Amino acid sequence: MRYLLLSDGTVYSGAPLGADADAIGEVVFNTGMTGYQEVLSDPSYAGQIVLFTYPLIGNYGINADDFESARLQAAGVVVKEACDAPSNWRSTRLLHDLLKERGLVGIQGVDTRAITKRIRSGGVAMGMITDRNPEDAFGDLRAARTYDETDFVERVTTKSPYAWGYAGFERIDEPMAEYRRRLVVLDCGLKYNILRRFAALGCRSIVLPATTPADEVLGWEPDGVLFSPGPGDPARLPTIVQTARDLLGKTPIFGICLGNQILCQALGGRTFKLKFGHRGANHPVQDLRTGKVTITSQNHGYAVDPSSLPSGLAEVTQLNVNDGTVEGIRAKDFDATSIQYHPEAAPGPWDSRPYFAEFVEKMGAGRR
Amino acid sequence: MIGSGPIVIGQAAEFDYAGTQACKSLKEEGHEVVLINSNPATIMTDWNVADALYIEPLTPEFCERVIARERPDAVLPTLGGQTGLNLATELADRGVLETYGVRLLGTPLSAIRKAEDREEFRDLMRQIKEPVPESWIIESEAQLEAVLEVVPYPCIIRPAYTLGGTGGGIANTREELWETGRKGLKLSMRSQLMVERSLLGWKEVEYEVMRDSAGNCITVCNMENLDPMGVHTGDSIVVAPSQTLSDIEYHMLRTASLKIIQALGIEGGCNVQLAVNPDSFDYYVIEVNPRVSRSSALASKATGYPIARVAAKIAVGRTLDQIDNQVTGTTKACFEPALDYCVVKIPRWPFDKFATGDRNLFTQMKATGEVMAIDRTFESALMKAIRGLEVRSKDLRHPKTQAFTDEELRHAIGKPTDERLWALVEGLRRGWGVDEVNRLSRVDRWFLRKLAKLLAVEERLLAARTGSSEAVDALVSEAFLIGFPSVSIGALLGIDDDRLDPGFRAAAKGAIEAQKVLPVFKMVDTCAGEFESATPYYYGTFEDEDDAFAVASS
Repeated sequence: MRYLLLSDGTVYSGAPLGADADAIGEVVFNTGMTGYQEVLSDPSYAGQIVLFTYPLIGNYGINADDFESARLQAAGVVVKEACDAPSNWRSTRLLHDLLKERGLVGIQGVDTRAITKRIRSGGVAMGMITDRNPEDAFGDLRAARTYDETDFVERVTTKSPYAWGYAGFERIDEPMAEYRRRLVVLDCGLKYNILRRFAALGCRSIVLPATTPADEVLGWEPDGVLFSPGPGDPARLPTIVQTARDLLGKTPIFGICLGNQILCQALGGRTFKLKFGHRGANHPVQDLRTGKVTITSQNHGYAVDPSSLPSGLAEVTQLNVNDGTVEGIRAKDFDATSIQYHPEAAPGPWDSRPYFAEFVEKMGAGRR
Repeated sequence: MIGSGPIVIGQAAEFDYAGTQACKSLKEEGHEVVLINSNPATIMTDWNVADALYIEPLTPEFCERVIARERPDAVLPTLGGQTGLNLATELADRGVLETYGVRLLGTPLSAIRKAEDREEFRDLMRQIKEPVPESWIIESEAQLEAVLEVVPYPCIIRPAYTLGGTGGGIANTREELWETGRKGLKLSMRSQLMVERSLLGWKEVEYEVMRDSAGNCITVCNMENLDPMGVHTGDSIVVAPSQTLSDIEYHMLRTASLKIIQALGIEGGCNVQLAVNPDSFDYYVIEVNPRVSRSSALASKATGYPIARVAAKIAVGRTLDQIDNQVTGTTKACFEPALDYCVVKIPRWPFDKFATGDRNLFTQMKATGEVMAIDRTFESALMKAIRGLEVRSKDLRHPKTQAFTDEELRHAIGKPTDERLWALVEGLRRGWGVDEVNRLSRVDRWFLRKLAKLLAVEERLLAARTGSSEAVDALVSEAFLIGFPSVSIGALLGIDDDRLDPGFRAAAKGAIEAQKVLPVFKMVDTCAGEFESATPYYYGTFEDEDDAFAVASS
């Protein structure tokens, strides 16, 4: 018997999945019906136990190509049913086997809808997956550092610079081809598909540790700088926010997800924690410039407070149709734009891919 | 509003459902609705649905008289199935709409023509770089004769502008193409048909998409056919959402579907059918229904997203972000439903009434109805759907296929009929293995493995007859959980079989009656529990928590 404990004292019992160990993290739910491999390898899920609301997970197995980083990043996984007989032409292994090999702890056979509803009404909570007697395990859960108090970016960022081009990783000092643009990415918890999308548009990405200072960033002579998505409370990142502030006006700046929250803070804005966040592939976002709505892939637990943005300096360009939260901003004077959702998808809809082209175009304009 | 007319083979009551929703939706918007329908045995012809009702033949002549008398501002033809669409096309061609100054709401006729005319559609697909299978447009017997030598066999014959693919079929030889092709030409409203490269054995996947006049596009859901290409989707067992597509494949096909609806300029709902190679990223666009269709009715019920209601509002100019999601009451219609359950549809064929009818299924639809079941697992949804069919079989047992010789069974697995599901099961029961049954049927291994899982429970129930009665309790619970109904569990355990030990039979009966696991009711809420819901509906399942709440008794 395996248990999922929530910090409010609730216990759910199910069957083991993946590695046999204890896992502690913030329990969040994702409503996407596909994309479990991408989600579990997305660094933005570091420190979180991910519950999939779709009950049948693992149906198309695990393949070699759909990882979004070099590791499994989530702290744990909760499913109704993990498929033990997947079917897809690219599938090479079972979800369970991957989790076991990479040491990721999961639980299956629980009423995921009941847990989702609890999170919806009570907000996200710390949780623990364990095989131990729940009474004994609760002490560890209560003693554990909470998600909001933990710095995750430093854990997931690259330790050393690397480059990404048409064919993926390449030597940083030796471009494999001619590229149209050079982008510097500050890696706060990057997904490979962001680099793939830029490469598809002729950009070479230089990926740097998140805490690289502004002068060092500029030393790479970028056509633009991207602040990447990533995990944790954006308010805990003053160093990176300072980097963004230092870069304002010196090079075109883009932000995705956490990158949006970093840029907003650099402009003087503040963030706040959402009750249970936005995680899934069906979030409608309206572009205020065109009135058009697109369906986006989202994964964030914090949002930007629009009233905190200095008027005249930054302008909200996109809003979430469901709850009206900020989904994109622009600081015209500084040639800086950012969006809260994931145009790179993986997983999720491809509708907002054009933003990459928009970014790349801006990089051209900024060229000396 | 043009209604759906008679319920015929190939067109069941789904358009009544759509039309009724649309009438209500238009009245909500403050419009007065005049309905013409030839079929009084429908919900939409109930007194309170439309403001004025004409039960008249659905012909251009009668329609014109209704228009002359009522002088409506507009006609909405895209919610009454192919009948309504064809009628509106004729009214426009005859100049009736122009004479009376009647606007055509919803998708423009030009877009409908582009989607329905095989050649225009293929041209459009080429323009937007969406792949279509190699095909030949035939508009005369001479043209048909000319291609007999050219096309690869087997090939598919699809007449244009017909209901449920009437007159279509698969041709394995020149002779068959000549025969079926000639028939198809006669049946097509415009004497047009298409002969197409066969994609037999490819996965068939559908997307239900919506678009408003501002160009906002969403997918309501996608569906994967258990039966691979070659069977009309109305005759296929269908699951929602797709089960064997990875995220990239899901969104590659979703992107293609949205690109198509955008290029066609549909205003309302539309169904896109795609054939997907089971061994690569290759796919082909098969066809598009530029209107609310049978699949839309299924997608509506499967997700809680009221496609017809929203399509009607789009037709009168509202955009998706302005329309409320009635189920949650707090979000908008501009989103994509997230399911936290599995939906299985099985068609209901009338072969019990047409005992001598040809039970073979191909591209012309033969089903007269369908059942849809919802549950948290595929296994239990499938078992529910089988029971809902109200055929003799209540589970996976099927005396007819079980009596087949191996040769007969091989044939039954390979050639789709209304009984193929049980033939697949029987192949597995005989120990042929998932790979062999997949080779014969091209049904994806995922589905076959699920059938094998159910079968394993069936076998253990049968085996329990000779075992000890102690293990029966746990086994009965397990059988309930995976979806076996009590009547099947009882029969498999042999509770009415006099030859078995009375002690065992009593214990088994007791275990079933004492059913340890009790069902709860979960919501279909369009959002997988993310938001609270004002007016959801429910399905029964074996889980921990009940979403249903007691209504206070007065």
